[in-house]
Formats: sequence, structure tokens, C-alpha cells
Amino acid sequence: MLRFILTRVSLVIPTFLGVTFLTFLLIRLVPGDPIEVRVGERGIPPERLLELRHELGLDRPLWHQFLDYIGGVLQGDLGVSLVTRNSVFSEFVTLFPATLELAALAMLFATVVGLPAGIIAAVRRGSIFDHGVMGISLTGYSMPIFWWGLLLILFFSVGLGWTPVSGRLDLLYYVEPVTGFMLIDTLMAGEYGAFWSALHHLILPMIVLGTVPLAVVARMTRSAMLEVLGEDYIRTAKAKGLAGKRVIGMHALRNALIPVVTVIGLQVGTLLGGAILTETIFSWPGVGKWLIESINRRDYPALQGGVLLIATTVMTVNLLVDVLYGVLNPRIRHSR
Amino acid sequence: MPAMPLLDIKNLSVEFTTRAGTFRAVDGIDLTVDEGEVVGIVGESGSGKSVTSLAVMGLLGSNGTVVADRMHFGGKDLLAMSPSQRRKITGKDVAMVFQEPMTSLNPCFTVGFQIMETLKVHEGLSGKALRNRAIELLEQVGIPAPESRLSAFPHQLSGGMNQRVMIAIAIACNPRLLVADEPTTALDVTIQKQILDLLVRLQKERGMALILITHDMGVVAETAQRVVVMYAGQVAETRPVDALFKAPRHPYTGALLDALPERALGKRRLPTIPGVVPGIGDRPQGCLFNPRCRFANDRCRIERPALFDVDAGKARCFYPLADAPVGAGEVL
Amino acid sequence: MTTPTTTGVPETLPAASPPVSQPPHPLVEFWYHFRQNKGAMAGLAVILLIAVVALFAELVAPHDPNIQYRDAILVPPVWQEGGRWAFLLGTDDIGRDMLSRLIFGARLSMMIGLIVVTLSLAVGLALGMIAGFFGGVTDALVMRLMDILLSLPSLLLAVVVAAILGPGLVNAMLAVSIVVIPHYARLTRAAVMAETNKDYVVASRVAGAGPLRLMLVVILPNCVAPLIVQATLGFSTAILDAAALGFLGLGAQPPTPEWGTMLASSLQFLQRAPWVVTWPGVAILVTVLAFNLLGDGLRDALDPKLKR
Ligand SMILES: Nc1ncnc2c1ncn2[C@@H]1O[C@H](COP(=O)(O)OP(=O)(O)OP(=O)(O)O)[C@@H](O)[C@H]1O
Ligand code: SF4
Ligand SMILES: [Mg+2]
Repeated sequence: MLRFILTRVSLVIPTFLGVTFLTFLLIRLVPGDPIEVRVGERGIPPERLLELRHELGLDRPLWHQFLDYIGGVLQGDLGVSLVTRNSVFSEFVTLFPATLELAALAMLFATVVGLPAGIIAAVRRGSIFDHGVMGISLTGYSMPIFWWGLLLILFFSVGLGWTPVSGRLDLLYYVEPVTGFMLIDTLMAGEYGAFWSALHHLILPMIVLGTVPLAVVARMTRSAMLEVLGEDYIRTAKAKGLAGKRVIGMHALRNALIPVVTVIGLQVGTLLGGAILTETIFSWPGVGKWLIESINRRDYPALQGGVLLIATTVMTVNLLVDVLYGVLNPRIRHSR
Repeated sequence: MPAMPLLDIKNLSVEFTTRAGTFRAVDGIDLTVDEGEVVGIVGESGSGKSVTSLAVMGLLGSNGTVVADRMHFGGKDLLAMSPSQRRKITGKDVAMVFQEPMTSLNPCFTVGFQIMETLKVHEGLSGKALRNRAIELLEQVGIPAPESRLSAFPHQLSGGMNQRVMIAIAIACNPRLLVADEPTTALDVTIQKQILDLLVRLQKERGMALILITHDMGVVAETAQRVVVMYAGQVAETRPVDALFKAPRHPYTGALLDALPERALGKRRLPTIPGVVPGIGDRPQGCLFNPRCRFANDRCRIERPALFDVDAGKARCFYPLADAPVGAGEVL
Repeated sequence: MTTPTTTGVPETLPAASPPVSQPPHPLVEFWYHFRQNKGAMAGLAVILLIAVVALFAELVAPHDPNIQYRDAILVPPVWQEGGRWAFLLGTDDIGRDMLSRLIFGARLSMMIGLIVVTLSLAVGLALGMIAGFFGGVTDALVMRLMDILLSLPSLLLAVVVAAILGPGLVNAMLAVSIVVIPHYARLTRAAVMAETNKDYVVASRVAGAGPLRLMLVVILPNCVAPLIVQATLGFSTAILDAAALGFLGLGAQPPTPEWGTMLASSLQFLQRAPWVVTWPGVAILVTVLAFNLLGDGLRDALDPKLKR
């Protein structure tokens, strides 16, 4: 098992280096001189430019610069935001919990709804329920979520007034950020009103961000279950005289979960990508909104650092999923 | 009046609804098995052997419809039972061993779990007693170091070992009837013999009835007391084993026996039966075997024969074979 | 069966003359399966309709998409109070006809889909074939690069590329194309690898076919089916992602009647004039759904495993 994990990790390293290289190139690819990009729009005298070039190591060969960059990255030094002059890393770390909280809830929503829907659809293959689930999930999968968010706001927030339009917490409350996760922080502070407010603020963004993963999970669960239900060992389970619930909920589901968990894990990329849109619509103070704002403000170091950190997150989660796949699948867990 | 048979089936038919229409895979079969009896079912691929056994177990999918005049097990009407009543019998009093040991066990659970599951559900065992019983069962089916095998996953065992585990699961609750559907087909030749010996030994020790489905006439000759020869979903011939081997009455049985190598000795070529079992759309008029039968005449091509009484059994043929060895002297 | 190996009844006794039935032409069979899939047929119908509308936008659209009717600002759809027959789906904040803008938007979306799919398919196909055919270091390099692209969330990557290239419709299309290249490359590579060792390829190689000829004439036709499916689904990704970029201000710029861009510029009228926000989204959803239905149907009809 350890060996399995090590192999996986070693496979990820080149990809990580590649991504680092791409983000390293990013700031060199945007129109304009890197120095000007770094110092912003203000003009600077030519001799100061040369000085800066030397200071920043820009006169050294590209590979040397790249090594410097990697060295910085490994120490958590991702440069400084042009706008706020804060360290990009610390900005990201401050905003990331908001995105993570939203993404985790969206995934929870997608799994809690999608998994049972997919299972029942598979068991009742060809029924109205099955057709309904398949139709709805394909629609969800095709949904432009930025528009979906607007529709939900229009209906629930503007029309019915049930949910707030934007933000994470009502202005009435202030909660000291400890973990950065609003649901946890409010509970830790014992502010139950604030907790409800946070939950209210989360509902619509959660649904919006969870829609595509929900569709994917439901479809994947259904097809995995259909495949598993045709296997010989399901017939064996029935031949033992087990009740239908046990055959489906245990013998079939345990096997179907292997591909489903993989797919759920791979949705993390979709979630973080979708977070860009969701956070923009709901003014959610997370890294997605921050990235778009960085682009609009031409804050390229922030963009560069943010992209690298998000890519690293996605790669880490994918790695974990890979390992979890091995844990779930005895055939891999016990190989050698 | 003879004692009531353990399994008593009259006029069993199974139909599948497919997109291409309905297909009758089993067509009016009678099958009785006495307590402690070994019945062999033989026939070519597609003749309905597996479907028959799955119908007995109640394991056919939703696209299979089972109808029968009578389907009794141990005096109880299987068709009148509710699904949950039926489940109390399946896996306990009637158990089944399948053809593919490598895919018939759940890859995600240990061997021990899969054995103990049956014991837990049907016998209500738990804890130490459960574990001990599982070890005992693994021992009985000849698995070395049973204690350590409990935590093994199916993919860590060979095909033969897995089939032993399947057998252990099947006999876990002392069934009165064991259905073994080609239990050795997927195994190496050397292992085949061991598994068969195991089945026969267990059958003798426990006095359980055994339905042994096989392609192997030789196996039937060695183990079974009675043989049912199936053709295209029907019984072609059913008789005690010695009588059938000495003098088959149905031409199809005759042809199957001729296909046995030891009978074909002295011939230049092994006789084979031309043609294939009729499928969905190509059922001939008259006797189902007539397109492949050497003895077919006009009557066979128009009229469908019933199961006629022959010595010690029945055969579905207008012109049952005489005592002379079939095909003797004929050289292809 | 001249040398008996076991004492047994053969699985199937050999037939004297195997039944010969002429298999139908693959296209006929494909159409037979495809036609039974109602969803796919509906998707195809919708796509054809949109394509026709897009092609003849000038003839179909009641108005010029950019003409501002100053006396008709934020007119609601015709069935609502205050609606006018001249503007069936209403007008936007500067008096442009929604329906006409949607129709011209359809032309843009179809064009985006077509260009993105063509571009990414061509590049992905080339990369996949090179990787699959040459193997070794080339393969490793190409596929690592694809892995890197795949390790970024697709929308994030598109956003970054669009940010580097600068906002605009053409750059948005380029960005989306780059994002989807790995899917085609992987598919092609897998297909090429699977086919390379098959007898017919070896035979053509022995017969002296050059690598290029081998790939284009011999191998490619055999991996067409999954590529067609992927390309169809690629249309929906392209339309969706391009609209998202437009919505974020990184794609087509106003006053281009691109659906995502239209949505972005109508945000502040969400409450006052919901139709301005509703229609572009409906258009995106319907088009994307149609392509996804078609793609699913194609996959089912082309995938021999699922064939009954
Ligand atoms: N679920 C099903 N749906 C439709 N047809 C089926 C189904 N199961 C079996 N059949 C058909 O029923 C016929 C009899 O099949 P069966 O499996 O009983 O044959 P068999 O005698 O066991 O053959 P083999 O020796 O290959 O195991 C076959 O033609 C098969 O195609
Ligand atoms: S009835 Fe006729 S065709 Fe059928 S088996 Fe007997 S002899 Fe052959
Ligand atoms: Mg069978």
C-alpha cells in the first residue's frame, strides 16, 4: 500500500513542476514588461528599470529564474499583490476557507442527492423515476451556472425574500475568523443567530455550485450500479437468500462506489472552476472572485500565485482520490 | 404410494421478454428430485439448463416469467410463496454453486465475511460460534490453513480455491438440495476432478440431493443416478443412468453418447451432430430435433412428439432407438 | 473436433453449414439504433433548427440586432402587460430587440462551437497520433503536457488564457480550444495504441505503408466513433465556456450579441426586467442540452458494447 502511494506521488511531481513552469511563464506571457507588470502602471526611469531587473534577477538566464521561482514557491513565497502590497500567499490563505466551505457544502449536496437518485434510478431502470433522474441530471449538466444562479436569486431572494442575495453573513453579526469556515466559527463563538445567517447565505451558492457535480454523480452512480447489478456476485448474493436491500445497499453499492468516489473526487476541479462564477454572482469573498478581480485590476502576481495554489489543491485532491481508490478496491490494495 | 419427492416440478416454462420479442427458453419441463438423489442434467449450450436451475432458485431477472403447473419443494409451493418467505429457503434449504468461481464472489468482501453472512442471516449465529463454523466449513471443503483464509479476498485465491469457497457457502446451512451449474467448466482439468470428488463426497456425507448440470457425459456416468437430457428447452430423454448409457432411446442422446471419445474408438472421426440448437426465431415445425436427426421422416417434420414412456423412463421421440449400439458399423 | 481433449459434449456441436445472414450496412444499423433514442432525435432537431436560424439570421431576425429603438426601452415580452408585437421577446435596456439579438447570438454560438471543435480536434488528433504512434519519450512528453493542462480546472485555465491573450471573442475561442485539446489527444492516443498492434495495421505496415499514410488511412477511420461523440459533446463545452468567459467580461465584448455577454450587461436589470436575463440563459441551456442529448445518443448508438 505504501508503495502504491509512493508511486502515485512520484507520478504527480512532474505534473506539479510543469504547472509551476506554466505559471512561471504566465507573467512573462502577459502583454507588457514583467517589471512594468510588477510595479504597475506608473512609468519609471530607465536606469531604475535596469536596477530593478537586476534586483529581481530578470537579467539571469530563464532556467535560473525558474529555479529561483521554484525556490520561492517551496517556501510559500508567491510574490506580492500589486494592489494591496500583501503577500499573495497570505491573501490566498485568508480567502481560501470561504471557497472551501462553499465547495465542500456543494459536494455534500451533490452527493447526498445524487447518490440515492442514481441508485434508485438504476434499480428501477426504465421507470418514470429513472427517466426523470436522467432528464433532470442532463439538464443540470448542461446548465450555464452563472445564469442558474441569477434565476435562483430572482426567484428565492428577490421574489420570495427567503434567502439573502450576496455575501457570507448578515451585517448584523460579526464573528472573529478562527478557522475561516463561517459555519464553524459561528458555532465556536456560540452565535447561533449568526450560524443560521451563515447557513442561509450558503444555500443558494451551494445549490448553484453543486448542480453540475450533482448531475455527474447521479449519472455515474446509475451507470456504475447498472453495471454492477449485472455481475455474477450479485446473483450469488441473491442465491444466499439475502434481502433486496442488503443485496443493493451492500453488495452492489460497495462495488459501485469505487468508480463513483473517483468521479466525486475529480469533480473538485469542476467545483473550483465553478467557484469563479458562483462567487462572482453571489459576491462570495473567496478565491474565485479574488482571481477575477485580480485579472480586472491587472494584478498578475496575484493571478499567478492563485492559479498555482488552486492547481496544487486540485492535484492534491486527485492524489488523495487515487489513494482512496486503492483503499476502496481490494484488488489494488493488496497488489504486491 | 411412493414417498413425496423433495423437488417436484410439473410443466415448468420460462419466457424472456426481449426487444426482439418473447423467447421461451424452457418449455414445459417436468423435473423431480428425491431426497438424497443425484440427478444429472446434460445438453448443449443454450438448451435451458441454467435457466431451469435459476427458476428453481427464484433468481431469474425481471424479464423472465416463470409458469408451472406445480413447483413444490419439501412439500411447499414455491410459486405461492411471498418473496421473503422464499428467501428463507433460498441459500438455506436450496443452495447453488455457479460456473464462474472468479466472478461469483464479491471482490470487495473477504471470503470469511461472505461465508459468515449466510450463516448470520439463516442460522442467526454470531461471534465466536460464527467464526468457528466458518473455519469448520472451509476445512470441510478442503481449504488448507482455513483460519488465515478467512481474511483473504477472492482475487487472492485461485479459481479452484474460490470454487471451494462457493461450495462452502452453499453447504453452510446444510441444504437439502444443492444445485451445481457446471461447477467445473471454468477450472483446469486437474482441479475439475478434485472439485467433483468434493461435491460427491459432501453429497454422500450429508445425504443431500444434488442436481449436477454439466456438459460432461463422463461425469454424469460416474456420479448421477438419473439423467435428464435437455434439448431446446425441453426434456428429450430422462432415465436412470445405467439404462441410458447402455441403450439411449432418443436419437439426440445417442448422438451425445457417440460424441464420447471412448465410444468413438475405432472410428476415424469423432461423430458430431450437424446443426445447432434452435434459437429465438428458428424453431422448426414438428420434432424440434428433426433438422439434425438422422432418423427424421415426414411425420417428424409435421407432428411434435410428446414424452413417451420407454423402459425405465421417458423419451420425446416417435421412433425410440432400439437396443443395438447406436451408429455401430457406420463409418463417416 | 478431430482430436478430442476431454470427455465431453462440445459447447456447441459444430454446424454443418453455419447460418449466413447478411449483416446490415453499419450506417443503416447506426441509424436504426439512433432513431430509437427519442432524446437524441429531439436534440438533433433542435440543433438543426438553431443551425438554420443561425445561417439565415438576417432573414429570420425581425430587427437589426444593434439598432436601438429609443422609444422602446425595456419593453416586456409580448404576452406581458405593455408588450408589443414588434418585439416578441421584449427589448433590452437600450431598446434593442431581444429576439433578434438571440438569433444573431445563435450564429455566434454555433460559430464558436464549430471553430473551437475544429481547432481543438485538429491539434488534439495530431498530438494524440504522434504520442500513440511514436511512443517513448515523445509520448511521455506530450501526455505530461496534457496532464498539466488537465490538472487545472477547465474554466480557470480558460480564464487564465483569456487573461493572457486579452479579452475578446477570438481570444476566448482560442482559450476554450486549448482547454479541451487534452481530451481529444487522450482519446486518439488510446485508440491509436489499441489499433497499432492489430493484424490489419501490421499487415499494412508490412505491405510498406508509410507512417503518415498508416495513421490517416488505416488507423484513423477506426477511432472515428469516439471522436465523433467527443466532438459533439465538445460543442456544448465550447458554447458553455465561451458564454462563461463572456459573462465574466473576458469573452466577446458588448455590443456583440453573444449570449453570455448579453447576460453580463443585463445584470442590473435583474429585478426590473427579468426577461433580459432569462432569454440568453434559456438559449444557452437549450443549445447545450441539445448537443449533450445528441452526444449521448451518438455514444449509445456507436458503442458496440451497449448495442443490444
Ligand atoms: N436473461 C435472459 N434474457 C433473455 N434470454 C436469456 C436470458 N437468460 C438466458 N437466456 C436464453 O435462454 C437460453 C437458454 O440459456 P441457458 O443459459 O439456460 O443455457 P444452458 O443450457 O445453461 O447453456 P450453457 O451450457 O452454455 O450454460 C439461451 O438461448 C439464452 O440466450
Ligand atoms: S421424433 Fe423423429 S426427428 Fe424427432 S428425434 Fe425422433 S426420430 Fe428424430
Ligand atoms: Mg448454463
